[in-house]
Amino acid sequence: MSIQVDHVTKRFGTFTVLNDVSLHAQAGELIALLGPSGCGKTTLLRILAGLERPDQGRILLHGIEVTDQRITDRRVGFVFQHYALFRHMTVTENVAFGLSVLPQAQRPSPDKIQKKVDELLSLVQMRAMADRYPNQLSGGQRQRVALARALAVEPKLLLLDEPFGALDAKVRKELRRWLRRLHDELHITSILVTHDQEEALEAADRIVVLNQGHIEQTGTPEEVYENPATPFVYQFLGDVNVFHGRISQDRPSHDEASGQPPPEADASGEHEVTFVRPHDLELSLSRTTPTQLEAAVRFVITAGSRVRIELISKDSPQIISVELTKERYRDLKLQQGDVVFVHPKQLQVFKMPGPSSV
Amino acid sequence: MALVLKQPSVLPGFGLTLGFALFYFSLIVLIPLSGLFVKTTTLTWEQFWHTVSEPRALASYQLTFGASFLGALINGFFGSVVAWVLVRYRFPGRSIVDALVDLPFALPTAVAGITLTAIYSSNGWIGRYLEPLGLKVAFTPLGVLVALTFIGLPFVVRTVQPVLQDLDMEVEEAATTLGANRWQTFRAVIVPELWPALLTGMAMAFARSVGEYGSVIFIAGNMPLKSEITPLLIMTKLEQYDYAGATALGVVMLVVSFVLALMINLIQWWSSRRHTAR
Repeated sequence: MSIQVDHVTKRFGTFTVLNDVSLHAQAGELIALLGPSGCGKTTLLRILAGLERPDQGRILLHGIEVTDQRITDRRVGFVFQHYALFRHMTVTENVAFGLSVLPQAQRPSPDKIQKKVDELLSLVQMRAMADRYPNQLSGGQRQRVALARALAVEPKLLLLDEPFGALDAKVRKELRRWLRRLHDELHITSILVTHDQEEALEAADRIVVLNQGHIEQTGTPEEVYENPATPFVYQFLGDVNVFHGRISQDRPSHDEASGQPPPEADASGEHEVTFVRPHDLELSLSRTTPTQLEAAVRFVITAGSRVRIELISKDSPQIISVELTKERYRDLKLQQGDVVFVHPKQLQVFKMPGPSSV
Repeated sequence: MALVLKQPSVLPGFGLTLGFALFYFSLIVLIPLSGLFVKTTTLTWEQFWHTVSEPRALASYQLTFGASFLGALINGFFGSVVAWVLVRYRFPGRSIVDALVDLPFALPTAVAGITLTAIYSSNGWIGRYLEPLGLKVAFTPLGVLVALTFIGLPFVVRTVQPVLQDLDMEVEEAATTLGANRWQTFRAVIVPELWPALLTGMAMAFARSVGEYGSVIFIAGNMPLKSEITPLLIMTKLEQYDYAGATALGVVMLVVSFVLALMINLIQWWSSRRHTAR
């Protein structure tokens, strides 16, 4: 079922949580709503579910307006961050709940309900735990039960509110891959709310980056990661070094070529900010081009698949973080205090309003 | 397996506090209660049986325990509604209503009894409208029920309120997204969560009602075999210097109350174990 969010605005008191948000999801897509806490992503999800009403705007599911439709008529499955399982019911009873509350005429027979529950529990790999109570399960198991419970009513739309937020890192990683495989099997249009950029990049077909109640960028994980549309998206998706003013790439821009210092602010009152990802910075032990930044090694973290190095710039107190492959690090033989020369392989320049703060 | 009473702990005080608790409990509860039993033993079995099974005593048990039980049931329902309204909704005067709930605790029971009698008597504010309908409240067993309901209210409200406050709204929302209507959500999700607290509140209201004296004697009319409660019967015996007879009735009340309290505890233990067992 396709989803259309049409100019939705929501306020709590004087605080605008969502400001004129529009969004479209194709049938069968898995979309991640990504943003920091308080950006309005959960509110948007709750509006889609019918748990909140928008102040303005419309929600269309499969082309039909549901803004005023009751929550029970929308056929959406909702998975909560803290599971919200019924703790006095067993796993089986929890999953069967959605079927057992159907009106008499539509309710399947107890045998059919049991069969359906068994199927769903097999799907979420919880068949062996069918008779347990929620507090006898681990967090990851509880969330799988919650997912099975949401799927029992055969929703046309699955909404997941930070489903793995309360789990530890390893389980989170496993579960999001599992969720992705499950989605590829079931093809239910799904919206995943998360503040974890890795989760969004790994699980979603498309990512919607939200910030302070508006959409910063919408695109595939590759698009938003490789071509962030705004400084916010750049900073939110992965680590980044921020340089005020323009720094040179391999091909020097005309500013550097003329040997002029970066402009503090141009006539329009804007200044330029350069964003470089740590793995897009290249280090060398001697100066090869005049525009390279000189910096000293502050410390080195060698644990992990790549080596992370923190540098301190010679000209300003700015900290620069660099990621190198192990081979490159061994070639350079860097020690704490060594002087290195930095130049970016890839960078992105944004114009920011207001004068430079450096 | 050796019995380990004391586990080594960085927080000292187990021995001291357990000792004090036992001492205090003995002083305040056990010694007076055993005195009750000791005094009763001055009666022979025949005398004891005669005292506790005479028709007047049996009628008083029926009224005391019956009215207390009914009162607890009524409070179980209305007390939950009051708690629900106080927790879930914001309305002007809410904190005043919240404070008023404790009034039956704070009010001297005699004052409560006189007030209720004045209101429900045949020319009182409410009584005058009930009388033409054939409902006599004051000086009847119904009056006993009214008084016992009045004094039991805070127990249910005050035990249910915190549980309702802590009830996770998400669970209700989950039920709603799964298609449950309001009644199904209430029955399948909210009631099971409230049940243990509700039971505790009702048990406390019941226990309090069984021992209630002050507020009841004014409104009951105290007619033997009809509207006489057991505590009054005990008082009557005391006034006739029949101390052993009074304690015999006391023992009966004590044993019945204890058995009921134990049963409620067992039900609670069973219902909480059902979904917390490891």
